[in-house]
Amino acid sequence: MHIQVNVNGEMREADVEPRLLLVHFIRDYLGLTGTHWGCDTSNCGACTVHLDGEPVKSCTILAVRADGHEVTTIEGIWSGTGLTPVQEGFHEEHGLQCGFCTPGMIMTATALLERNPDPTEEEIRAAISGNLCRCTGYENIIRAVRWAADHRTAREEVSA
Amino acid sequence: MVATPRHTMGDRMPRKEDGRFIRGKGRYVDDIRLPGMLHSAILRSPFAHAKINNVDASAALELEGVHAVITGADLAAQGLAWMPTLAGDTQAVLATDKVRFQGQEVAFVVADDHYIAQDALELIEVDYEPLDPIVDSRRALDEDAPVIRDDKEGQADNLIFFWDAGDREATERAFQEAEVTVRQEMFYPRSHPAPMETCGCVADYDISTGEMTVYMTSQAPHAHRTLFAIVSGLPEHQIRIISPDIGGGFGNKVPIYPGYVCAAVASLILGRPVKWMETRAENLMSTSFARDYRMTGEIAATRDGRILGVRSKILADHGAFNAHAQPGEQYPTGFFPIFTSCYDVPAAYAEATGVYSNKAPGGIAYRCSFRVTEAIYLMERMMDVLADELEMDPAELRRKNFVKKEQMPYVSVMGWEYDGGDYHAALDEALRIAGYEQLLEEQRRAREEGRIMGIGVSTFTEIVGAGPGKKCHIAGIEMFDSAELRLHPTGKAILKLGVKSQGQGHETTFAQIVAGELGIPAENVEVREGDTDNTPFGLGTYASRSTPVCGAATAIVARKVREKAKKIAAHMLEAAEGDLEWTGERFQVKGSPDRGVNMEEISFAAYTNVPEGEEAGLEGVTYYDPPEMTYPFGAYICVVEIDKGTGQIEVKRFIAVDDCGVRINPMVVEGQIHGGLASGIGIALMEVMDFDEEGNHLNSSFMDYLTLTSMEAPKYELGETVTPSTHHPLGARGVAESPTVGSPAAVVNAVVDALSPYGVRHVDMPLSPNRIWSLLRENGVGA
Ligand code: FES
Ligand code: FES
Repeated sequence: MHIQVNVNGEMREADVEPRLLLVHFIRDYLGLTGTHWGCDTSNCGACTVHLDGEPVKSCTILAVRADGHEVTTIEGIWSGTGLTPVQEGFHEEHGLQCGFCTPGMIMTATALLERNPDPTEEEIRAAISGNLCRCTGYENIIRAVRWAADHRTAREEVSA
Repeated sequence: MVATPRHTMGDRMPRKEDGRFIRGKGRYVDDIRLPGMLHSAILRSPFAHAKINNVDASAALELEGVHAVITGADLAAQGLAWMPTLAGDTQAVLATDKVRFQGQEVAFVVADDHYIAQDALELIEVDYEPLDPIVDSRRALDEDAPVIRDDKEGQADNLIFFWDAGDREATERAFQEAEVTVRQEMFYPRSHPAPMETCGCVADYDISTGEMTVYMTSQAPHAHRTLFAIVSGLPEHQIRIISPDIGGGFGNKVPIYPGYVCAAVASLILGRPVKWMETRAENLMSTSFARDYRMTGEIAATRDGRILGVRSKILADHGAFNAHAQPGEQYPTGFFPIFTSCYDVPAAYAEATGVYSNKAPGGIAYRCSFRVTEAIYLMERMMDVLADELEMDPAELRRKNFVKKEQMPYVSVMGWEYDGGDYHAALDEALRIAGYEQLLEEQRRAREEGRIMGIGVSTFTEIVGAGPGKKCHIAGIEMFDSAELRLHPTGKAILKLGVKSQGQGHETTFAQIVAGELGIPAENVEVREGDTDNTPFGLGTYASRSTPVCGAATAIVARKVREKAKKIAAHMLEAAEGDLEWTGERFQVKGSPDRGVNMEEISFAAYTNVPEGEEAGLEGVTYYDPPEMTYPFGAYICVVEIDKGTGQIEVKRFIAVDDCGVRINPMVVEGQIHGGLASGIGIALMEVMDFDEEGNHLNSSFMDYLTLTSMEAPKYELGETVTPSTHHPLGARGVAESPTVGSPAAVVNAVVDALSPYGVRHVDMPLSPNRIWSLLRENGVGA
């Protein structure tokens, strides 16, 4: 099947098998390897991307379902040298170790902060509960998201 | 303008490696794409134990897009059907005669893409003849038990080893004479490291040069290259193992797996790069498990709580092939003999029986230093059983039996020499953070209100950092480690290591060590590891050995370089070497602080103005063999509350005081502790690999193999004491595994404490709601 997907603001097209998963389309067809794959059962969230602005696990979605839609991956949320507050927060608060879960976590956290710019710890825990991390014990990921929330507000105030 | 940060040893330096990971620019094995690369999939056994009558791959070979199907028979023709394991046993690469566990490798398909390879698996016909499996290790030595390893000459039963250590008679005497003895059986269930990235490789054989490059999820690339050379017969210097970014290891990426060998063979046959990447089910079902120890613990003591003797007996299930991770054949139970832990025990004895079963091979150290986790769990559970028997406060009982700091360096009755420790201080600090007295008060109130609340204490010493080389080896290679340091003309340095980070942050912390020794910013030190062509030979990262061994190598190589720098500085300053002093930042002439040169100036001179008789350049290499292991220790307190209606356990608080000596980067250390606690708490509460009677794996996905999520993870309350290691050049010890070693017992002790009013003295892990709910019902709690 022929599909056209707007990925990170660029129109990409390909002929794909109907069974191809979106995660494989992103990684293998587009070479965007920042989106990871970590399980067979849609439990880990390493593959999280945004589909029309909503976080989704790209291993649960067929590539053909994304035809005509917008997909944003980790590579699409930063430009050139500029990082987003969420990315900076992960660095500042040591929210990553091996980095494998990190892109998925960042995509989930980014979507959370768009919906809820000032989340409580409980809300952050709930938001990332579908993303597994085997390295950090989550504590610093939660702090990273809080860091982003604090600095995002600060930035908006400055630019306002 | 913002000043450029200059970080050094001891700073909370944000990590240098983060930049690529937060941008999605990490490069993991599965991200590697080579021109002409093919993909693969492995056909695995649906049976735990079965004879193979025939494998027919003809239909699979006809499928469009399939390039090769390799079977056990094909490998046997090359003498490659079996490979050696880390424990000196053999393991089938692809099964020829029998399959011996569910998920065992039977055939290897190479195709244009992964989807086609998976399709081809369906077309392979295998004629199996199911056999009676051994699933419960307690049945393995029965008279009528089927012999699993009938491939091994002279193997007439399922025994792998019998081992014992300690003084049997002295311990026996202690038990006979003691006023009090306690005994408890317990099971440390099978679990799995399950890093977020599964195992895999890309093997790339270049026909024109004869070179084999393997990108591999490897915690020990140099050791793996040597093993690859031995297994394949390819010359070692033409094998290059590249371990790129690794998505967590925790011991899972220490062994060599059949998939690596098959990919290499396929690349040799086809002359094209071949990628093999496990699915999660394959990772959980076939690669190394951990634990699976059935243990009996016993303590003999005086009425007032002095321990007189400790005894333990183990039944160790090593699965179908003995792929146990152990630092040499003398350690079939790894470092279990450390089980007397931080206590001054006058007599101890341990014995273990290792058996084969129809389960996946392994017995690796999941976030653990070779079975120390099992040892500490046993001891810490037994301490609580004894406290219960004596009606003594568990913290008090521990305090009473600690090795005192005046006894350091202490040699345990099992023969281990501890590199310092102040166990009283660590426990006091944990009790202080917890507010222990208030907690006990709170518990009294909770009980009056009918709530089920428990407090668990666990104090321990770890043993990490193998070597020394004379005591510890992998396949005969002594367990030293290495560092190579070069300063370039502008004073920027490259440090190459024999170890390999899987998330531990070496690119930052090892740069900080160099910074501390040479007075240059850590920002100016690049760390390279994981490429056998470009790093000195080392044994790799596992069992918390990077900081103890390679960290020491790094400090020493930096000091060597500083020695040479001193000669150059003397030349530059026209002073005698003996008249120079090192300030931590630069060499200066004693008494004339205005006359000095820093490392950047010296580096430049090393290439432009060397003294006569000296070689140009400023570099060195060190292979460090530690004199002993390091013994990080800790005191943990866990507070739980149990829901009467559901049996659900909530970890309300977790206090962890760790002493890993001098901390190179406290932020990274704390991160390691958080992660280790999450694993340990997860193991106590939910991580388990179960099998049914037929040997079917019941936890082969993240739906069934449960790991801690952000919802169950508590907020960790960390504390520290600092007792420098007596022999490590920086006074540092390893830390990443202490929390996984110490925390399961704290959780179980808390839960048993919570349930103690109902007569419960022990509960096996995992403490699933189901298990707790049943216990509550049995004891008449709830509806
Ligand atoms: S790979 Fe998509 S949830 Fe695990
Ligand atoms: S940082 Fe390794 S899995 Fe999260």
